[in-house]
Amino acid sequence: MTFRIGPRTNQIIAYSILLLMTLITVVVLFFIIGYVFKNGVGQLSLEFLTDKTRNMGKEGGIFPSILGTFFVTIFAIVIATPLGIGSAVYLVEYTRGGLIHRIISFGADCLAGVPSIIYGLFGFIFFVITLNLGWSIISGGLTLAVMIIPTIIRTTEEAIKAVPHSYREISYSLGGGKLDTILKVVLPTSLPGILTGVILGIGRAVGETAAVIFTAGSSLGIPTSAFSSTRTLAVHFYILAREGISMPKAYGTATVLIIIILLVNFIAYRLMHRFMERYY
Amino acid sequence: MKDKIAEKLLLFIAFSAIFSLLLITFFIFQQGIPLIFKIGLGNFFSTHWAPTRGHFGILSMIIGSLMVTTGALVVGIPFGLACAIFLAEFSSPVVQKTLKPIIELLAGIPSVVYGFIGIVILVPFIREHFGGPGFSVLAASIILGVMILPTIVSISYDALMAVPNTYREGSYAVGATKWQTVRMLLMPAARSGIVAGIILGMGRAIGETMAVIMIAGNALKIPHSILDSVRTLTSTLALELGYATGDHRAALFACGSFLFLIIILLNIIAIKITGRK
Repeated sequence: MTFRIGPRTNQIIAYSILLLMTLITVVVLFFIIGYVFKNGVGQLSLEFLTDKTRNMGKEGGIFPSILGTFFVTIFAIVIATPLGIGSAVYLVEYTRGGLIHRIISFGADCLAGVPSIIYGLFGFIFFVITLNLGWSIISGGLTLAVMIIPTIIRTTEEAIKAVPHSYREISYSLGGGKLDTILKVVLPTSLPGILTGVILGIGRAVGETAAVIFTAGSSLGIPTSAFSSTRTLAVHFYILAREGISMPKAYGTATVLIIIILLVNFIAYRLMHRFMERYY
Repeated sequence: MKDKIAEKLLLFIAFSAIFSLLLITFFIFQQGIPLIFKIGLGNFFSTHWAPTRGHFGILSMIIGSLMVTTGALVVGIPFGLACAIFLAEFSSPVVQKTLKPIIELLAGIPSVVYGFIGIVILVPFIREHFGGPGFSVLAASIILGVMILPTIVSISYDALMAVPNTYREGSYAVGATKWQTVRMLLMPAARSGIVAGIILGMGRAIGETMAVIMIAGNALKIPHSILDSVRTLTSTLALELGYATGDHRAALFACGSFLFLIIILLNIIAIKITGRK
């Protein structure tokens, strides 16, 4: 008689393995964040956040990079938000199915899968060289805008779809036109969902390196105009770590970067959660 | 009247994504493709890369990209599927609600942070325990594997959740265990979604740049073991774009065109498989 494992035992083994692998994944995540924090929190101080970067980053703080990140991200969001929301509104409210819907959806899906280095190449040759905007906040912001459009489209689309149909019908029955219905009923109702998309876009923009290093440059000066070259936090961190300029400063910068990302993700998650509870 | 204008304006805006995609395609191809015609496919697909001396072979980088991507899948698929199955089938709603955002958070961590963790922990560990320079195919595979986890988890999870509950009920009714149900019923039913998740994860791994540059070593040769240093297509782009001019820059864009084609192809396959509108 051959030895055979019964289905019950099999179930227990499978469950244990799955549990173990899931736990490993979660532990890896906490380890990454914890390790950076452990080495970086000691670096944080008001000076570190508000001081100029000196000696290529060996000394001083990260103020120019905080400003740079802020401006590039704001620029990207201001451009990508109307385009993303507009696209999503058109997709849901004006086309249900059909060729145009498929083309637009395909564009958004493909764009979402394009790696950031390709955005970097594109931004470099199009914004920096062809449009002659140079290495600047504008070039970096525009490149990131293109990159986060699909994030905003997809999240907004889901949020608008979740608005109950009856809301629209009530608006129509009261004599509201299509545009009025969208502006006064659909968009306000789906606002938390839309904000989630925008915030996730901010998260992507803040953490991005490959797409901004060739478009916004890596200048350490305090930006004076939209045409100034700047070095975002992620780029600064990359240069510190890769060129081995200063490990303590690298940990410090990484800690700031991760805190921002955690905060952004937490806010996005809370918003989405509240929105879902209301409409699903 | 107002509605008509709004519709036209929105239609115009709605084409921004596909328009951007076309713009990217045009500019990258326009910069790179002429060089391929000039030097010929033989030169382009050789292993000799010395762009300042007229050799534009990207074969060793293609092999490098393939190796780290395969490695990433070897790490990412088992863990990704395990997490997805555990979340979808074996955990209570409370666990689901806590674990899913935690795993999604992995996707939010910037790639430079992964690269950094690679440099300070993984590379020295590999150097001490397995030998070699540490900056290696192995290091890159592990880090990339972790990076593509969230993609695989969230798409496989959605695919599993989309399987109708009647399947599960029917299976339990005939006395199957949970694991039997997962293995024989749910996995096959969710197969297309799972495959799409894997393909998108593959796209992420091929396209990842900063983390790979930091830990793969970037040596320009075909690696003989997983402990050897390796240079990918993306690393070459990011390492050389800053100073390249003339034909050298064109060669980088040609390399980018090739990468872009592969990514778009993978995307199209994934979109077709999931049958999304």
